[in-house]
Amino acid sequence: MTDTMIKVEGVSKKFCRNLKRSLWYGMSDLAGELVGRRHGGDGGLRRDEFWAIKDVSFEVKRGEALGLIGHNGAGKTTLLRLLNGLIKPDAGRVEVRGRVGALIALGAGFNPILSGRENIYINASVLGLSKREIDSKLDAIIDFSEIEDFIDAPVQSYSSGMHVRLGFSIAIHLSPDVMLVDEALAVGDARFQKKCFDRIQKLQGQGTAFIVVSHNPYQIESLCQKVGVMHKGCMPPVCDGKQALNLYHDLVQQSLPPLGRSKTDYREGTGVLRFESLRVVDANGQEPNVVNTSDTICIVADINAEQRLSGLRFRFEICSANNAIVIMATANGVSESQIFEGKRSVSFTMSPCQLTSGWYYINAVASDGKVRLDTWQRALEFRVTQRDGPGRNLSTDQGVFVCNGHWDFMSCI
Amino acid sequence: MADLKVTVYTPESSLRNPRRMLRDMFGDLLAGRELAWQLALRDIKAQYRQTALGLLWAFILPLANTAAWLLIQHTGVVTIRDTGIPYPVFVFTGAMLWAIFMDAVNAPLQQTVAAKPMLAKINFPREALVLSGIYQTLFNAAIKLAVLIPALWLMGVTPGVGLAFLPVTVLSLVLAGTAFGLLLTPVGMLYTDIGKGLPLLMQFFMFLTPVVFPMPSAGWAATLFQYNPLTPLIVTARETLTGFTPHFLGDYLSVNVGMLALLAVVWVVYRAAMPILIERMSA
Repeated sequence: MTDTMIKVEGVSKKFCRNLKRSLWYGMSDLAGELVGRRHGGDGGLRRDEFWAIKDVSFEVKRGEALGLIGHNGAGKTTLLRLLNGLIKPDAGRVEVRGRVGALIALGAGFNPILSGRENIYINASVLGLSKREIDSKLDAIIDFSEIEDFIDAPVQSYSSGMHVRLGFSIAIHLSPDVMLVDEALAVGDARFQKKCFDRIQKLQGQGTAFIVVSHNPYQIESLCQKVGVMHKGCMPPVCDGKQALNLYHDLVQQSLPPLGRSKTDYREGTGVLRFESLRVVDANGQEPNVVNTSDTICIVADINAEQRLSGLRFRFEICSANNAIVIMATANGVSESQIFEGKRSVSFTMSPCQLTSGWYYINAVASDGKVRLDTWQRALEFRVTQRDGPGRNLSTDQGVFVCNGHWDFMSCI
Repeated sequence: MADLKVTVYTPESSLRNPRRMLRDMFGDLLAGRELAWQLALRDIKAQYRQTALGLLWAFILPLANTAAWLLIQHTGVVTIRDTGIPYPVFVFTGAMLWAIFMDAVNAPLQQTVAAKPMLAKINFPREALVLSGIYQTLFNAAIKLAVLIPALWLMGVTPGVGLAFLPVTVLSLVLAGTAFGLLLTPVGMLYTDIGKGLPLLMQFFMFLTPVVFPMPSAGWAATLFQYNPLTPLIVTARETLTGFTPHFLGDYLSVNVGMLALLAVVWVVYRAAMPILIERMSA
């Protein structure tokens, strides 16, 4: 007797990009299957094919939860479909023990004309419950879904939230030995989500093994003991949550385009004075690919004034990826008394930059106090990373600034 | 805990291990019975809840077909040989029985295509879809017969004791239709050409079967009719309805055996095809 509920050994799966060819491969695979050939042929790729999953191995034990994170198209859902036996692996071996449940297609097979109650019977039998089992669980299912008042109304009159809640409620009452969860925890409002979460943890306590696919690293961290990071169909050995999330963050950052000028820059203003170029440089005057939180950085703008100008005001706005202005650096005092003519440069130094990891962009604005001379939006995009080190905590890596404050602990008088 | 069922998925063809495959096939058929029933109930309820004419739809098509052929015969556009029984009786029974057969042919592909979203995401016994299709065909057949038998009685036809065998002959039609429909399903799932071409093909088949006119007595057409496996099925079913002794009993039995064998083979194909087809569907 073993405690291993899911065992995946060297599993690979290929897909085809071209629809017409994919259908044809389907036909030849079918013919191959019927004459007893191995699925996936000799392990090579045919034209237009690629590895959706390549040589993935892991194990999940009773009561354990494995999280899978990765970009869209990394192969997470394909892996779940393989585990569920919906599609055949092209190489390797999958072993699953006990009844498999899936929080995947919530409410799949619901018929819109029929009532919620009727659909519970259908959906639950699709998921593998017998009528007797459904009878005994019916009240619990309706109760959990919180739609008692509408349970005899046709499902087509349900809101999408009610629809998914009912689907979730049915799926979660399956009490499976192995549960596959694909992005299904974003159901309903925060309170319902909490309820789902609690329910999953309760099942986990009862010994159900979980595989959870999510794009939310924090959800994964709080639910899973082990995490696999999928990237382009490959998965490095499963590791504990922290390690995996570090790996994931690195992957996210690697996949981003290098530092550079954005293509969607937008200019406005009289143009008497113009920003000619803008760059971010480090303490050595070099332009880095990535800025580190603890680095000193300097935003440098070359400007060109067509005539003698005074009373100038400059502003650099550093905005986060969600378009919120994070820092508004305004130069008033000194520059106002200075006289500008011809080519000059303006710089603003942040020492250290203190921004947390993520994407930022810079807007540059120049005015003479009355009219805008030049506004350059999204003049530059840059990326900040936080180096690993003591005190770095991914789950609190959500703020915008790393603040150099200090804590005091004193006893009360 | 040691009694948990272990499921293994490998690239090996399922045909490599026939014993396990057979065990899984019948296991899934058993496991899928209840689901099939639920699915059939769902489809029947939904189908009739959203119509004004309701059950009428089960026999409106063969009824229209009968009317059309009666008109054709009456106007003399086509001369139809003596059918042995009044022509309206002949064409009405033929059209109804053919409609039952057609329901059975269409059911597997229809059911499987309609269940695509479910198939792509949930692992349930795939046999349930086919079984549910059969249940629905039988339900609709019952309605058709409930209309047909009193109508025949009104037309002065007394079926006699042969009527007791009617369920058997109807089951034969459903068996043949299911076997044929299931044969086309795997390819039909990949290429919609099958679904589009099927009505055309079946139209052609209808004219090679004594549905709306009797068997030709000589010539190449007569040979075609004779070799058509549907001929003994339709003729025997009609004979049980109209009180004749079956003419083609031997052929009827051998066609049934053949159809059972075909069904067994296409069932294996259907099962083996499912994961491959699902792979080619969107998730």
